[in-house]
Amino acid sequence: MTDEPLLQVSNLTKFFGPRVGCEDVTFDLWPGEVLAVVGESGSGKTTLLNCVSTRLEASAGEARYRMRDGEMRNLFELSEAERRFLMRTDWGFVHQNPADGLRMTVSAGANVGERMMATGDRHYGRIRSTAIEWLGRVEIAEDRIDDQPRAFSGGMRQRLQIARNLVTHPRLVFMDEPTGGLDVSVQARLLDLLRGLVTDLGLAAIVVTHDLAVARLLSHRMMVMKDGRVIEHGLTDRVLDDPREPYTQLLVSSILQV
Amino acid sequence: MTAHYNFAYLDEQTKRMIRRAILKAIAIPGYQVPFASREMPMPCGWGTGGVQVTASIIGPDDRLKVIDQGADDTTNAVSIRAFFAKVANVATTTHTAEATIIQTRHRIPEEKLTAGQVLVYQVPIPEPLRFLEPRETETRKMHALEEYGLMHVKLYEDIARHGRIATTYAYPVKVEGRYVMDPSPTPKFDNPKMHQSEALQLFGAGREKRIYAVPPYTDVVSLDFEDHPFEVNRFTEPCALCGAEGVYLDEVILDDHGGHMYVCSDTDFCENRRAHGHRGKLAGHPLEAAE
Repeated sequence: MTDEPLLQVSNLTKFFGPRVGCEDVTFDLWPGEVLAVVGESGSGKTTLLNCVSTRLEASAGEARYRMRDGEMRNLFELSEAERRFLMRTDWGFVHQNPADGLRMTVSAGANVGERMMATGDRHYGRIRSTAIEWLGRVEIAEDRIDDQPRAFSGGMRQRLQIARNLVTHPRLVFMDEPTGGLDVSVQARLLDLLRGLVTDLGLAAIVVTHDLAVARLLSHRMMVMKDGRVIEHGLTDRVLDDPREPYTQLLVSSILQV
Repeated sequence: MTAHYNFAYLDEQTKRMIRRAILKAIAIPGYQVPFASREMPMPCGWGTGGVQVTASIIGPDDRLKVIDQGADDTTNAVSIRAFFAKVANVATTTHTAEATIIQTRHRIPEEKLTAGQVLVYQVPIPEPLRFLEPRETETRKMHALEEYGLMHVKLYEDIARHGRIATTYAYPVKVEGRYVMDPSPTPKFDNPKMHQSEALQLFGAGREKRIYAVPPYTDVVSLDFEDHPFEVNRFTEPCALCGAEGVYLDEVILDDHGGHMYVCSDTDFCENRRAHGHRGKLAGHPLEAAE
């Protein structure tokens, strides 16, 4: 990690009419750092993620991002072309439902290769060998490269979605409940894979999850949200082992012990 | 033929509206200009877009040729030619070189078009990204921001599945280095003819309400991969009637036993060659000799 943050979010607020999506959220994210955002359903986690990733327009506040040239730019003031370019090169977005992040009617190889083609790669052989390499990294057999994601299991789809996002070597990945809807053994392997990739590639990530185990395994720091506000913020181990806010204590004590 | 219709069927205000769309289309090569497409006395899918464009640009001195899959004598071509002969009282022709306006359904004539000629295409689906991205709001944004990676995803899929780019018609092109355009369902054989063409090329999609254009002397480049370059269709034998090679051929089935022949899809080109004495293997004897 370097001294300069990759992303600085300050006083980010989103209203949906009179209702609060998230309010007054401030945090910094450093290169290579994984930040978990936890909280119950409706606490504003996904709204926060969508605002920071510019998929939603924030009502107030700003998010400053260090571009590849080192300059800090306010994300909300970028042109649409710049934002979309950022999204397909320097960022990744892993959706909870892989169908939202994949093209279900084109082959796995084309799904992985799309970002390369979008950034101007025009060499079939190179695109294909990169796709094969990435499928290998997310443990999808090479002979499935020409199959459509429709023919894949839920876990495979999620891994394919991850490969598709990482192929352009993004520096920041947004994940919205990446393990939601998967059974426990598949979850464990996916988490293992994600942890390996995040470490190997030095990715910064913002992971939204309601699953504290996911947060514990993946993240360095975490924020606890309730009713659109961040109520507790600290190192993951500290928050989970020594929760200070009553709500966080309730959340931690609610984990099922098997 | 006295005028029961306004000249060229459409009213003058409509023609002005369409001409404005055409001018905008020419100013931004390859960009799809929306226009208020009118009901025409024919069903959508029969060339309502092309007919509206032709009606807006045709004048009393023009000479019109209409082709349908290269042929001057098929239903669509005959009807549209008769339509303009009636409502605009213009001269018609089947000879490519004599025509000032050529309305076409899915072919570009074999004979090189020259400056001053206008080629009007009938377009069913103007949006090249349509089958990859169904949302019009999104495709318009992709054009605006020049995000064309998805177009190559389609070509990638072709190669992955067939070992080569299997798209043979409606092959996407990039116009003047900017807009990706659907050249209408012409065979990709015709794509190179669009490049730096001396003639003005206008595209009308009636049902989809879009007009676009390629002005004369404009770069039109077919999309491809470095290691799978664009190739035109090739044929194993020459035209069975006129013996032409290097032209686009139709396969005609002759019997129930696999017998077939290849003939020029461009009937005017084929007839012209035969009139000049060229003979293919199934051409038979010249009529003079039989008499």
